[in-house]
Amino acid sequence: MFKYILKRIGLSILILVAVSLIIYFLVRLMPVDFVAANAGMNSEPETLDKIREQLGIGDNSFKGIIKGYFDWLGNLFEFEDGFITLGRSFKLNNQPVSRVILQGLPVSFVVALIATVFEFLIAIPLGITAATHQYSFRDYFITVLVMIGISLPSFFFANIFKAAFGTGGIMESILEKIFQEGSGAYEFFSSFLVFPVSGTTDASQSTTGIMDVFSNLRYYILPIFTITILSLGGRMRMTRTNMLEVLNSDYIRTARAKGLKESKVIYKHAFRNTLIPLVTTLAGLIPALFSGAIITEKIFGLDGIGTTALNLTNNGDIPFIMGYNMFLATLSVIGILMSDIMYAIVDPRVKLK
Amino acid sequence: MENESRKVVFLTAQEVKTTKLYPKEKEEETLLVNEEIEEEEEIIPVEDEAPLDKTLKLMSPTRMVVRRFFRSKLSVIGLVMVIGLFLFSFVGPYIYHAIVPGLDGDGWQQDEKDESGKWEQTTSEYTYTLNGKEYTVYQTLEKYEKDNVLAKPSKLHPLGTDKSGYDVLSRLMYGGRVSLIVSFLAVFIITALGIIAGGIAGYFGGFIDNVIMRICDILMCLPGIPILLIVGVLLNGWISKGLFFISGETRIYFLMIFISCISWPGTARLVRGQILSLREQEYMVAAEAMGYSTFRKIFKHLIPNVMPQLIVQMTLGLGSMIIYESTLSYLGFGVKAPNTAWGTILNLFEEANGFEIAMANPLIWVPAGLCIVIAVLGFNFVGDGLRDALDPKSRR
Repeated sequence: MFKYILKRIGLSILILVAVSLIIYFLVRLMPVDFVAANAGMNSEPETLDKIREQLGIGDNSFKGIIKGYFDWLGNLFEFEDGFITLGRSFKLNNQPVSRVILQGLPVSFVVALIATVFEFLIAIPLGITAATHQYSFRDYFITVLVMIGISLPSFFFANIFKAAFGTGGIMESILEKIFQEGSGAYEFFSSFLVFPVSGTTDASQSTTGIMDVFSNLRYYILPIFTITILSLGGRMRMTRTNMLEVLNSDYIRTARAKGLKESKVIYKHAFRNTLIPLVTTLAGLIPALFSGAIITEKIFGLDGIGTTALNLTNNGDIPFIMGYNMFLATLSVIGILMSDIMYAIVDPRVKLK
Repeated sequence: MENESRKVVFLTAQEVKTTKLYPKEKEEETLLVNEEIEEEEEIIPVEDEAPLDKTLKLMSPTRMVVRRFFRSKLSVIGLVMVIGLFLFSFVGPYIYHAIVPGLDGDGWQQDEKDESGKWEQTTSEYTYTLNGKEYTVYQTLEKYEKDNVLAKPSKLHPLGTDKSGYDVLSRLMYGGRVSLIVSFLAVFIITALGIIAGGIAGYFGGFIDNVIMRICDILMCLPGIPILLIVGVLLNGWISKGLFFISGETRIYFLMIFISCISWPGTARLVRGQILSLREQEYMVAAEAMGYSTFRKIFKHLIPNVMPQLIVQMTLGLGSMIIYESTLSYLGFGVKAPNTAWGTILNLFEEANGFEIAMANPLIWVPAGLCIVIAVLGFNFVGDGLRDALDPKSRR
């Protein structure tokens, strides 16, 4: 097993190098690069070329790109204050990319974590109910409902949520019609029916620490619900399929034959065995927890890692784009490896070679 | 009883290939059918066999699949949704143009603004007190705009006009064409690449298999949306520089081709896994003995047996491609005005004052969003129905 893991890690590093090469070439092919995008109206081409030279993106031939790649690779493992930098951002005044990523991470992580917890709490009972009542009305109802959830594009659903429950949305105008603005009832109802959507960036406070994130929880409620509902379907269908498979197995028939209570059969005998695939997917959640939901964050104005990525990608900030994408690629490599290992741990029949 | 004849339904080659029930036995039959028998049904007199019960019906696997598919209500609903949307976007405009002739008599085209002009009156009221007396002043502002923008629903515009003065319903129909064509294109490329890569990897195994699977690993580690953002920005740059033949209208096609080029590993893995088990079967030994070429063995004997799973995956893939396409369009990488797609219509939210306009005129964007949902939902229902219908273990 140890040897297997070592081999897989070696392979993962090769994969990551290949991924970084692909992304680097794509980024360098951008005709409107960072310098051109941020140049003033009257800047002279010679000056721009000089800046490009300084940033190491001047030579756009194949050789130049390869050289740039190795320069980037060299800068990757530079240390500052005992912290790896992952290169320095063009746009954000030479800040280390790792710090830029870390700044957005708490928001994205908290939103994703809470959404994932909700997802599991809602999807698993739904999946079990659908499986134990297969082909009944309840099964169809749940299936159709979560299918709609899967089919909703995130931008459409997020905007509907925003239009309904956001500030300036339908709910607020309804409340304004019923109650007087500023009255006690208005405050009470709007506390759980109207949510701020314009982001967490209050001028008075900076949101960098994990504690600030919790103090801003009201801003995250709509994004959390959006992400939860969109991801519910996959989890529920997975639970249902696994549960159905287990319910058809012989030992369940045995359990029923010896007269066990149905609740015991389902929750003690059947459900425990559906946990195997569920647990292995836990490791696969690693990338989703840290990568940030670009579109949801953008729509609800959260300053998480997704929004930063969107802005800086549009700007052609090569070190950040590379750092962020490699961060995501590394996470997904780790996720795949971890779920394979988890599988072997949870299921003794599986042997890793 | 001597002359009782039995009705035998022969399986045509196509039917055998699209089902996975008994791959090894049926393949030999396929060869026979291929060469000699063209008709689907033939009456063969049965002399020495006991007559079969008249109520016993022989059904071809395809008929069984079709019957099982249509037995499920959800699949039928899904099929209706998909067909409905196709009719809506490809036939709809002709009917719509005939019913609503517009101002010039040929209906609202997708790139035709309503230039009838619009007068807007806003009356504001000011109250002030002077020397203990209250005065009220009414001020009426009249604003003229060249285009009839943000018109309310009327006979001329059943869903109103958007903020540039285009007819919403017409653009909804034409937008559907782009969304549907683009996702079909992507799914076909993905499937073709997946079949080729997976087929070769599974059949040859060893070193080739290893190389192809490592390429799959690499592509699967590429972060989806961020990579698309990079490519989107890249294409925008090429457009502004006038490079290649990429333009605002064709950009989304190139983007989707790029998506296809990085998302075939799933299909390739599916094909490879199936072929690994299929190639050990006896009918493949027979194919070997017949001296068939490798190409023929892979693409005529192995791939057809993977088709059922592939069809399911393609149908489900259509849904996710529509989501991809509309997400890209939403982010502003889609077709450029005056052309449109469903996602592009929702791009309204990303523009200045977009949220306020959208709140005041929900008819502009809600139908487009619903179309996307219906399309994805329809494809998912059909895909699920096909999966159940094609599953040989399913008893329903």
